[in-house]
Amino acid sequence: MKTWKHAAASLAGAAALLAAPLISHAAEPLKMAWVYVGPVGDGGWTYAHDLGRKAAMKALGDKISTTIVESVPEGADSERVIRDLAAKGNKIIFTTSFGYMEPTLKVAKAFPKVDFYHATGFKSDKNVTIYNSRMYEPAYLAGIIAGHVSKKGILGFVASFPIPEVVRNINAYTMGARSVNPKITTKVVWVNTWYDPGKERQAAEALIGQGADVLLQNTDSSAVLQTAQDKGVNAFGWDSDMTAYAPKAHLGSAIEIWGGYYTKVAEAAIAGKPLKTTVWGGMKDGMNDLVSISPNIPAAAKAVVAEKAAAIKSGKVQVFTGPIKGSDGSIKLAAGKTLTDKEIDSVNYYVEGVEGQLPK
Amino acid sequence: MPLRLPFRLIPRAQPSQRMLLIAPLLAVTLTLVVGLGIFAALGQNPLVAFRVFFIDPVSDINGVSELLLKASPLCLIALGLAIGFRANIWNIGAEGQMYLGGIFATGLAIHFHENGGPWLLPAMILAGAVGGALWASITAFLRAQLRTNEILVSLMLTYVADLLVKYLVYGPWQDPQSNNFPFTVSFSDDALFPVLMNWWDWLEGTRINLSLLITVVAVPLAWLFMDKSFVGFQLSVAGLAPAAARYAGFSEKRMVWIALLIGGAAAGLAGVTEVAGPIGQLNDRWTPGYGFTAIIVAALGRLNAFGIVLAALLMALLYLGGEAAQISLQLPKAISQVFQGLLLMFLLGCDVLVNYRVARRMPANALVNA
Amino acid sequence: MIESLNPLLASAIAAAIPLILAALGELVVERSGVLNLGLEGMMLIGALASFVAVAHGGGLAASVIAAMAAGAMIALVFGFVTLTLQANQVAAGLSLTILGTGISAFLGRQYVGFRAPASFADLPIPGLSELPLLGPSLFSMNLLGYATIALLGGVAWFLYRTRAGLALRCIGESPVVARSLGLPVIPVRYAAVAFGGAMAGLAGCYYAVAQFKMWQEGLTSGNGWIALALVVFATWRPLRVGIGALLFGGVSALGLYLQAINVQVSVFALSSLPYLATIIVLAFISSNQNAIRRNAPASLGKAFHADG
Repeated sequence: MKTWKHAAASLAGAAALLAAPLISHAAEPLKMAWVYVGPVGDGGWTYAHDLGRKAAMKALGDKISTTIVESVPEGADSERVIRDLAAKGNKIIFTTSFGYMEPTLKVAKAFPKVDFYHATGFKSDKNVTIYNSRMYEPAYLAGIIAGHVSKKGILGFVASFPIPEVVRNINAYTMGARSVNPKITTKVVWVNTWYDPGKERQAAEALIGQGADVLLQNTDSSAVLQTAQDKGVNAFGWDSDMTAYAPKAHLGSAIEIWGGYYTKVAEAAIAGKPLKTTVWGGMKDGMNDLVSISPNIPAAAKAVVAEKAAAIKSGKVQVFTGPIKGSDGSIKLAAGKTLTDKEIDSVNYYVEGVEGQLPK
Repeated sequence: MPLRLPFRLIPRAQPSQRMLLIAPLLAVTLTLVVGLGIFAALGQNPLVAFRVFFIDPVSDINGVSELLLKASPLCLIALGLAIGFRANIWNIGAEGQMYLGGIFATGLAIHFHENGGPWLLPAMILAGAVGGALWASITAFLRAQLRTNEILVSLMLTYVADLLVKYLVYGPWQDPQSNNFPFTVSFSDDALFPVLMNWWDWLEGTRINLSLLITVVAVPLAWLFMDKSFVGFQLSVAGLAPAAARYAGFSEKRMVWIALLIGGAAAGLAGVTEVAGPIGQLNDRWTPGYGFTAIIVAALGRLNAFGIVLAALLMALLYLGGEAAQISLQLPKAISQVFQGLLLMFLLGCDVLVNYRVARRMPANALVNA
Repeated sequence: MIESLNPLLASAIAAAIPLILAALGELVVERSGVLNLGLEGMMLIGALASFVAVAHGGGLAASVIAAMAAGAMIALVFGFVTLTLQANQVAAGLSLTILGTGISAFLGRQYVGFRAPASFADLPIPGLSELPLLGPSLFSMNLLGYATIALLGGVAWFLYRTRAGLALRCIGESPVVARSLGLPVIPVRYAAVAFGGAMAGLAGCYYAVAQFKMWQEGLTSGNGWIALALVVFATWRPLRVGIGALLFGGVSALGLYLQAINVQVSVFALSSLPYLATIIVLAFISSNQNAIRRNAPASLGKAFHADG
């Protein structure tokens, strides 16, 4: 009933409203916008970004107002959406997928007064800042747990596409496990999609069928974790805390935490000193973590993970520290050295212990 | 019977010209009424919502340019599909044929990246049409020679085409400067459709490009072919009355080949207009779904060239409106989809008025008494 | 050696079940002469309805009923537009997919992020489940899996062994002749469309409450299209739907399985296997034209005006 009254009332004021501009200029909160590649309800990548946006809103209240556009294809449409957001008076625009890189750069040229933040890319500009998260750090910790928990010494990884981000997560997971048990190997299955629960499940089944007993995935759904629970093996959550999906199988979740960064960007802009340096944040910066670690893992594992996590957070330990051997046996990095960010960001080989060859 | 409605439909001898106009208006009105309820339930002012959805996206030059940019490939693909649909040849794999058009054009653009010339773009256009037609020819061959169902083959080949794009941009065609990310080099200017604002200042800031010309030319050509040519007539007869077509000696195999090659070429062209247009490169997630949307466009346009133009504009507007509703009203994308689905259903339903007259049904017992 | 095939078979069967359910429904719809391309939309609606039912403590029976009812209801919208209002079936089916995707995504937003509180567990049949090869896969399914086998037989029996099935096939073959025989063309088509929607809803229920035990937007990730292709692949024969779904699920599992055992072939080529296999097998089947002509409903996709 109420809704119909509402409708009637709005009909009455129709003519006036049709003429009125949509954007009011009363109190001026900072207008921020997010462009998402998937739906907010994907439970993974986009969901994590939206949690970040909500955290910023909670922290800053009416100092900011936010707009989202979800499921924006990475073809010709994204440029229009980004341009529209800039034209509608948004001062800060986050474009949260790799494929938005060129459109973001193009639109940024036309709107020099708007600050753009592009996630996971590698090209910046005066008003385009890159930000990314070192998910390989929690992946490494997950590997340590897997190394303790795995009975057969075989880990499984369900991978999406052979881009550096995914490859380094596979490497970090394997290196973490081998730091505990040098005999461990990782089997990788590529599903060629970010989100297809059916395929992700079949990939997990194939890995489990080949003896893998602790799984990690770099895809968006929780299907791998659920499959692990059905088949009586263990797995991790990815992007967001997935404990609730499979409490028995779940060993921990490697999560993205964007809220702190989004809040910082907003605060800096409000203070008139916009953040313009590339941020590639890790656990040290609170941009990701391994959370909800299962209480059932061995005490030794708990101790090692806690120690390594502290070392990573304090900056004492880098994940990609030599010696690193490639899966073909070649030396990729000498002992004592660490990979530079540039090297990490363009990695194109598997480390020792990962089976098979990187798809080309 | 459970389905006795208070009215009945009486076929018209001729499609009603008046209803051709009234039916879409009625559909929009019905969508407005249902939408009123939905938006009111969401606490939105429905009239503002409608303004945002239908008027704001095209209230300036840039908006109109974006509308045309989106409608143009849809229209092009739908024209090609309509030719086949008239002959009951259900090519639902235009999406894949479009990818192949993009792939073929990209091949040339990459190969002649350093040493292009004014000839490069025309060559790419041609290559794109050939690529789309070649991909469709697999379906045509299987259908014509083995009578393998074209719906299944063309759909399955779309998945394969998608994987082919991915293979290329992750492998041999990957830009060496891309940090191992999946895209090709950005095309040189020779390999891009010139943007119209180069010639007209009043188009400053818009993305509309010369590829629009392809669609503008294709519309009358498609009309001539479908409604005025003998082959077009043969295709229609084959669709409406297959037995008559066989009796008249029209070769069924020839129909299959013509329909699928034209459909594939049109989709391939649309692929070129995208990669050599607003995108300017090939990447792994270039999947706007135009090939599937164009099926709706073709049907909504009643398989008529000019109807398809209107339908393509409408579908493009629905997309832009959906984006605008997210940006201006913070409505989730899902609600735009609901809205699109509703409008399409109403449009299709109201079309009944064109070919049928609605009459009140006499009560069942009245017949008995009479 | 045979044991190592067990996971592969189980994986193939698990992937095939929802495809069979949705395709069986569509098969009946198409056999009545109606082409409903909206499977994906109906499956999503069914998936959400079933998840909502268990999320609110309704239990498994309620989830099945909710999924089938919701699927049938949205299918009837399609039925009204195409059967009563004579709209183009291809366009209406595609519009139904958009509508179903939108409605499920919108209404499902608050159900993202947790496990279904109840779900269909595997029920191994004592004795049979210990048989080599098929035991651990075919005889260790969940209740919906067994129901699918029963439905396969049921639909085949209905179509070929009952008067109603004969009537339905006759209507799909030639509605004009069927009408002159006094068969209620439009009501039967409505019933078929509703049945197709209910089966698609059940397939959605399998995803949400048996296989993934969760709700996410676009949960069915395009499997509605595969089910649609399977009907054609099966040349409109119910039992062949089962074979086709197993083939598809099996080849797609095989591609991932080959990766897991380190076969060095392009992963993109492996991913394209199920699609290519489907085309190749259908091309072979097509050489036997009589079989197809006998089964393909002649009036498929064409509007029929019942005149009253």
